[in-house]
Amino acid sequence: MDLAALYREERPRALATLIRVLGDFDLAEDALQEAFAAALAQWPQDGPPANPVAWLVATARHKAVDRIRRAATLAEKREAIAAEAALACTPNVEEETLTDDRLRLIFTCCHPALAPEARIALTLKTLCGLSVEEIARAFLVPGPTMAQRLVRAKRKIRAAGIPYRVPDADDLPERLEGVLRVVYLVFTEGYAPTAGEARLRRDLCTEAIRLARLVRVLLPHEPEAVGLLALLLLQDSRREARFDGAGDLVTLDDQDRALWDGDEIEEGHALAESSLRGGGGFYGIQAAIAALHAASARPEETDWRQIAALYDLLLRRHPSPVVALNHAAAVAMADGPARGLALLDDLDRSGALAGFHLLPAARADLLRRLGRKAEAAEAYREAIRTVGNAAERRYLERRLREC
Amino acid sequence: MKYLLLIYSNESSWSGLSEQEQGQMYEEYMDYTRSIHRSGHYLGGEALEPIATATTVRVRDGKTLSTDGPFAETREQLGGYYLVEAKNLDEAIGLAARIPSARFGCIEVRPIMPTPPMD
Repeated sequence: MDLAALYREERPRALATLIRVLGDFDLAEDALQEAFAAALAQWPQDGPPANPVAWLVATARHKAVDRIRRAATLAEKREAIAAEAALACTPNVEEETLTDDRLRLIFTCCHPALAPEARIALTLKTLCGLSVEEIARAFLVPGPTMAQRLVRAKRKIRAAGIPYRVPDADDLPERLEGVLRVVYLVFTEGYAPTAGEARLRRDLCTEAIRLARLVRVLLPHEPEAVGLLALLLLQDSRREARFDGAGDLVTLDDQDRALWDGDEIEEGHALAESSLRGGGGFYGIQAAIAALHAASARPEETDWRQIAALYDLLLRRHPSPVVALNHAAAVAMADGPARGLALLDDLDRSGALAGFHLLPAARADLLRRLGRKAEAAEAYREAIRTVGNAAERRYLERRLREC
Repeated sequence: MKYLLLIYSNESSWSGLSEQEQGQMYEEYMDYTRSIHRSGHYLGGEALEPIATATTVRVRDGKTLSTDGPFAETREQLGGYYLVEAKNLDEAIGLAARIPSARFGCIEVRPIMPTPPMD
């Protein structure tokens, strides 16, 4: 039996319940660490318990009580009395409670009173079980900086009284949006990395999908929770086709669609439909767009007219320069490059995307298709000046050479 | 937990109101105070005289130095506070959001540090 793998799998669930029962991140983490040490000593001899999570929670709880009793200062003793009162009741480790505890915890980790970068880090650390070092590497931050960020966030949760609970119905829409954004950012950091190691990137996507599943299982009637899971699955379904052997980016048109993950597409498609039926939203509409791409066996079969219409809807409901950029690209496919270019030029003049490489890259693409080679080359050069990702840079340079 | 809700707003936005509007705002504050009194959240609260009446005091090398005005000029000034009892930050945020000035100024929510009993 691979104890380390089992621990990695079960740790986040045990931790969520312990944080609720103990009311303290650090105490819960330390106690769970001790419980795991006990498991390492005991399980290989006696065999693993029937319910490893329940065992870890119960053992960690005893370890926490020991720790509290050993606490030296008066202030700690006072806390200890309060904590022991909470511990008097046996924690419920039924499957349902474990899941509820994780949902409570994700709302705590993604609380708007925490700094945005701390929300992501705390979610990855607490709910996904990534180490501080792994998170630091994923976000290109020195380890000690990331550790400090987590310490500060945990201190604020405790001192400011950020609760462990699913928000009331009144606050839920706004707070759920915050949770979904964190999950989405975890995914995009893995999917369109600004830099970093490939394996970690893959982990981030997997964890984001896992978190999206968790939120969706718990809030099955929230169309945006369904929409986000659909969107992540559909984007993830293309992962094997997005880069060629040399690690270069392959655009949607040129991807080998046989490499797309059929299971993820099927699940994502059904979820996208259900999200749209529920009214859709920022994620639901994007999922529907991704589903239309996924449904075309060949690029030329893509229903660009419907995609452009969905982008138009998205732009009206959630206006942003990036949505406007995608809308223009879809219009170019549906109604011809000249129409798309006019929209991009408007966007360029607004200055809202200054310094963002995808705008000149999209302009370059349309200029090229219109045969305006000199202008296209100029736009490619502008895009290359601001692009951060190496694979995307090589793609743009290849295009520039073709001009 | 106890929280201090610090009310910040631009004083000129208050002085810019008509007498009737000021009266209305005053009423809103009275209603708010009454409501958090009834709900058991209220522990205390006062409005402050304008920033022009402030004096800043420092003691350096045993000497007391008093100067006119606040120690830092900011766009929004502390105009009053409530001290409340709330279950957690979410409840405190809910109380802060209902303070009339939150609509044009801002409310800083600060947890009160628990102090060990004096013995």
